[in-house]
Amino acid sequence: MQLDDLYQEVILDHYRHPRHFAELTEGEALVDEENPLCGDHLKLDAHVADGKLTDVRIHCQGCAICSASASMMAEAVSDQPLEIIRRKAASFLALLRGEGAANEDELGDLLALRGVAEFPLRVKCATMPWHALEAALKRLAP
Amino acid sequence: MSAQPFDPRARRADFPALGRVFSDGRRLVYLDNAATTQKPRAVLAATRRYYEESAGNVHRAVHRLAAEATGLYEDARQKIATFIGAPSPKTVVFTHGATEGINIVAHGWARKFLQPGDAVLTTAMEHHSNFIPWQQAVSARGATLRLAPVLDDGTLDRDAFRRLLTPEVKLVALTHASNVLGTINPVAELIREAHAAGARVLVDGAQSAPHLPLDVAALDADFLVFSGHKMLGPTGIGVLFAKPEMLDAMDPLLTGGEMISRVWDDHATWAEPPQKFEAGTPHIAGAIGLGAAVDYLAHLGHAALRQHEQKLTAYALEQLGALPGLKIFGRAPERLGVISFALEGLHPHDIAQFCDRDGIAIRAGHMCAQPLLRRLGVPAVSRASFHLYNDTDDVDALVASLLAVRKFFHAT
Repeated sequence: MQLDDLYQEVILDHYRHPRHFAELTEGEALVDEENPLCGDHLKLDAHVADGKLTDVRIHCQGCAICSASASMMAEAVSDQPLEIIRRKAASFLALLRGEGAANEDELGDLLALRGVAEFPLRVKCATMPWHALEAALKRLAP
Repeated sequence: MSAQPFDPRARRADFPALGRVFSDGRRLVYLDNAATTQKPRAVLAATRRYYEESAGNVHRAVHRLAAEATGLYEDARQKIATFIGAPSPKTVVFTHGATEGINIVAHGWARKFLQPGDAVLTTAMEHHSNFIPWQQAVSARGATLRLAPVLDDGTLDRDAFRRLLTPEVKLVALTHASNVLGTINPVAELIREAHAAGARVLVDGAQSAPHLPLDVAALDADFLVFSGHKMLGPTGIGVLFAKPEMLDAMDPLLTGGEMISRVWDDHATWAEPPQKFEAGTPHIAGAIGLGAAVDYLAHLGHAALRQHEQKLTAYALEQLGALPGLKIFGRAPERLGVISFALEGLHPHDIAQFCDRDGIAIRAGHMCAQPLLRRLGVPAVSRASFHLYNDTDDVDALVASLLAVRKFFHAT
């Protein structure tokens, strides 16, 4: 079992220097997700302007995989049209399920997380931010 | 304490799983015993023998297999009664685990007898299994749940416990030992205080039964529960001990076959305890396996087991405590070999992942004790927990892994 496949350099970089992270208070966050298996906790806030997702802010108490996934997601979806974001979310979740993603080239750096699929117990760590995002989109643009 | 010492590394040969070598050449270092233990050959052989030779149902048919199965099942009940100092095997109810035992009492006793305004007193160091059934029961009855706090060293706040133990408290639900902090609670004294205040006491022995001698008669416990799989036995089997008068007063949680006396079109009467609480075909092989596990532990001797685990725990606390940035949760003087810790700047999941790479099984997460972890101020911890087959070489392997994970993440 090679942990270097799991903890790739780009993942470690996002973990050590997360993007779009902020302290969010209870009332500020749009969604509040908890992984009941491990106690990891993630809050997400964002807005929609002109059909694009803006002001993405994430408050994450999670492991390296969860934090890096949240940070990379925030970069990948910021100021993007909702329709592309939904496609990316579907591709990413399919990738983590080991199904192979339909629009892989759109995922960019996120492809670094594909190694997580080899560690079934950690898949939830990587997908939790994306489930939070899907919940946020449901509220922002039902 | 005079005890015939045993060699933990030699005992590993009794546990087939501990001989496991993974495809990457790593040997298993099993340090997740507070979650579940490995099983000795004697337990595996006993369950196998039942399935291969004596697989009849219990208490029903007249044929030979049924008679053998019933004999083995009831022998196991007797062994367990002796193991916990129960006055009679009739006070030993087989369950699927500690969780079911607590639910039987929450349903059959608390929901039946609690009145609006009554209270159940528990502690802030309980496993969810000794917490949520009481939350549910008090809310159904208009009663309240009180939590005795935990002090900074991981021991129970005895003064607060006494203050909370008012006449409204009808039941104290208390863990014998914490699955997070390792703290052993002074249950004998706490039971005396509770009884003096007019409350009944349920002791959660899930963590203590695998390691400490239990004597329900000496303790004067009203209820005691534990799980087989944490004490070298099979999964899916556990025990509820209750005083005879409690078993008589309680309603059964599950109803159906095996637990009845007479059945009419519109009502039924119950069998005598313990059958009253064992509806349906029980986990016969599991009960027989648990009987074998209890034999194994009794043969080893509680004094020798305790001596070994105390020595190993002291060694582990010293070695782990010497690691820079490592914080140990729980410093109770009376404790089990259950050590929860945090490594500065590292998430427990990432720590456990590196340990797993090295073949070391530890637990990472909230340990089914969210109210306690909230008080500790962390969403998750890492936990190493020992049993008879662990030794200093396992602790050394853990320390080496922790050094490696720290180096990996802190190298920028």
